[in-house]
Amino acid sequence: MTKLTRVPAAMAVVAGLTAGTSLAAGDALAQSIHERVSQFTLDNGLQVVVVPDNRAPVVTHMIWYRIGSVDEPPGKSGIAHFLEHLMFKGTTTHPEGGFSERVADIGGNDNAFTTADATAYHQTVARQHLGLMMEFEADRMRNLVISEDEVRTEREVILEERRSRIDNEPAAQLGEAVAAALFQNSRYGIPIIGWEHEMAGLTRQDALDLYDRYYTPDNAVLVVAGDVTEDEVRELAEATYGQIPAGAETPEPLVLTEPPPLTPRVVSLADERVRQPTLSRHYLAPSYATAEPGEAEALDLLADILGSGTTSRLYTNLVVDSGKAVSSGAGYRGMRRGDSSFVLWGVPRGDRTLDDVAADLDAEIATLLADGVTEEELERAKRRVRASTIYAEDDSSRIGRTYGMALVLGRSIDDVREWLDRIEAVTVEDVNAVARTYLDPRRSVTGRLTGVDGKAS
Amino acid sequence: MNRLLATAAATLTIVVAVAGRAEAIDIQEVTSPGGLTAWLVEDHAIPIVSIEFAFRGGASRDPADMPGVANLMSGLLDEGAGGLDSKAFQARLDALSISLTYDAGRDTFTGSLRTLEENLDAAARMVRLSVSAPRFEDEPVERIRAQIISSIRRNERDPDRVAGRALLEAAFPDHPYGRPVDGTVESVSAITVEDLRTYHGQVLARDNLVIAAVGAVDAARLGRIIDRMFGRLPQKANLGRVADTRPVGDQRISVDMAIPQTSIRLIGPGIKRDDPDFIDAFVAAFILGGGGFGSRLFDEIREERGLAYSVGLGIGALDHTGLVSGGTSTRSDQANEVVALLEDEIRRYGEEGPTAQELREAKNYLTGSYPLRFTTSSRIAGQLLGIQLDDLGIDYVDERNDLIEALTLDEVREAAARLFRDGAFTIVRVGQPAS
Repeated sequence: MTKLTRVPAAMAVVAGLTAGTSLAAGDALAQSIHERVSQFTLDNGLQVVVVPDNRAPVVTHMIWYRIGSVDEPPGKSGIAHFLEHLMFKGTTTHPEGGFSERVADIGGNDNAFTTADATAYHQTVARQHLGLMMEFEADRMRNLVISEDEVRTEREVILEERRSRIDNEPAAQLGEAVAAALFQNSRYGIPIIGWEHEMAGLTRQDALDLYDRYYTPDNAVLVVAGDVTEDEVRELAEATYGQIPAGAETPEPLVLTEPPPLTPRVVSLADERVRQPTLSRHYLAPSYATAEPGEAEALDLLADILGSGTTSRLYTNLVVDSGKAVSSGAGYRGMRRGDSSFVLWGVPRGDRTLDDVAADLDAEIATLLADGVTEEELERAKRRVRASTIYAEDDSSRIGRTYGMALVLGRSIDDVREWLDRIEAVTVEDVNAVARTYLDPRRSVTGRLTGVDGKAS
Repeated sequence: MNRLLATAAATLTIVVAVAGRAEAIDIQEVTSPGGLTAWLVEDHAIPIVSIEFAFRGGASRDPADMPGVANLMSGLLDEGAGGLDSKAFQARLDALSISLTYDAGRDTFTGSLRTLEENLDAAARMVRLSVSAPRFEDEPVERIRAQIISSIRRNERDPDRVAGRALLEAAFPDHPYGRPVDGTVESVSAITVEDLRTYHGQVLARDNLVIAAVGAVDAARLGRIIDRMFGRLPQKANLGRVADTRPVGDQRISVDMAIPQTSIRLIGPGIKRDDPDFIDAFVAAFILGGGGFGSRLFDEIREERGLAYSVGLGIGALDHTGLVSGGTSTRSDQANEVVALLEDEIRRYGEEGPTAQELREAKNYLTGSYPLRFTTSSRIAGQLLGIQLDDLGIDYVDERNDLIEALTLDEVREAAARLFRDGAFTIVRVGQPAS
């Protein structure tokens, strides 16, 4: 069975926490593969990262655009994600569905995803088809064709996607409300998939406006991971992407930061569908991009010590030793263009209530702030990070994803490479300092998910 | 011991052909000094070892009136064993950076180990303790029981979970496959340590054990390692008999729930994995509903009409039945239309079968993408485990694409007719009542 130590859906919606997309423990470093990573930039401004790994004759090809939901014009929430869907429709060169059909025909897998900060398209194929993928993807950067009919139909698809992911899931609905309360100025409080009433009004022209402005080589990062050399990638990239002129004006990434929060907030959702009440506490916290040097690394380690796995503080104290909670944990997402969040959660056990859970978490935080973490806890957390970086080398496409995410957020490949060194340099005092600074009630939003029969409160 | 092993270890070279370029994966069949067998892909590029293992006889061997025993046990083997209590066991795994997890499936009880090569011997000891000397102490038993009950409650109003559960209940009445793997609140509440020990004694043995290893370990060392892991288990499992069965089709079930989107699930008879026409049926079902973009159902329901975000269907094979299952979700007021469309498309496909072009495209994708299943250690180990569990033979990796390429249009049309022509599917809807 899966032990209840993972991030529940409600927290995932707010923090954008999903397995495999956070830079936290697992995705970066260790020596060998990272030393082989190289980077260059084409004349038109396209940044290129190569992650050579010849253990299987396969490559993952991905293009990342610096356009996420935070870049959407007011009133057009969901348009970045909608455009991602429409990018599969066709181009002047290759008619509707032609790209995906071709990928399937060569036995490849393709997909795409949209985050708050970026949109990415990726294919995994046998190595000899890399050039073909670049040809198609470069074509799609330039020659998209979409009809009113396709827009109408696909808009229904994204509305169904929203119903599946959000409207049918009370935990996800609460997650949207928590995010809206936590982010008072930046756009991270607006759902990536969009608000339903705005999604319903998105038009073909809205999508094309975004496409024309942001889908340019100078606003993109190309990552190739797998059985390939830097020279091969350079040659193929110059022949394909290299033929596309830079955009008229490279968009300046929008970075809105948050004012100092002054008010603890509580957001509650009571719904008949909820059979297991859950409490989560979200603190506004900086990301790697907005933090002072070393702070984000310390927050990653703090999240690990407090709430990662069955030996963490929260699980040991609240779940094992006192039996007060069914599950409890913590998480932090550092990879953001703007400010981010640090989350703790607990699920009450037996007849305990959400108020009890809130008190239990408060007591844990009070102890943490008074006594700090120990040298031993920090060393164990660092060891987990070191081991996970070795395990991560098994999947070069995931390492490629880490680099793509970092570069699209304006960081460098050296930032990724040196991450483990910076983690090693974090001290007990650093961890205690970020805990004191950021686990401040005034920075928090508490999410309460309950049933409606009273006893689930 | 090493000498004996060296002669006993047969090495077979398996070639996974990638169009235009052949790459070899060496799969070694290793026989341990103690007589256990494992498949190994040796790879020293990264200092890690992944070992996947499975005992035949999963949740289908739960007591009939007590579903959830295998699942509860899967949460407890790493919660105290031998001289280590729960916290000491977890602390040791953490200190050694070892990941060790167990899971209960329908027909198998599986374990998954990932370790740094330098800690392989210590990891083997942890596996040995967990499979042969679990403590089942009160604190972890009650804690994990509470977690499972919490998870069952959480799923009580999750439309997809509710639909899936109702589907299996309806398709397999009075059969273990109709019971939930994680049990019910009542059954999980009632499981005793005695029940766990009985199940443990019946299912965890050497003659129903299958092992796959990938990573920085050679055949001789792997032989010693698996003996250390499993040497203390009894030779013979004592698995109760499970009857062969067919899913009951042709039922319509509605579960009312006040949600904006209706979850639709369907199930019907398929064919078993050991049927000589299994590959034909696998490909026939793939063309109708597999693989997302390009399948008939995806094109008709999502691409043409925008009626759903996800829609799909595929063939499934358990040890004692074959089945076809699938589903989609759509706005409540469209549910009737979508169910009718699904039924029409399935029946039409059963009557007409695929076109030559559809078969060509499916063959291209399925054969071309096979190597993508062998890109990481855990994926490779998972493939090797599955091939052994299905008794397909060590050369299956080499033969599999040829089997698909050799299919004729008539064969796949015949399989499509067999699976889909009578359209006798059981369909479950969870959502607002049909108007």
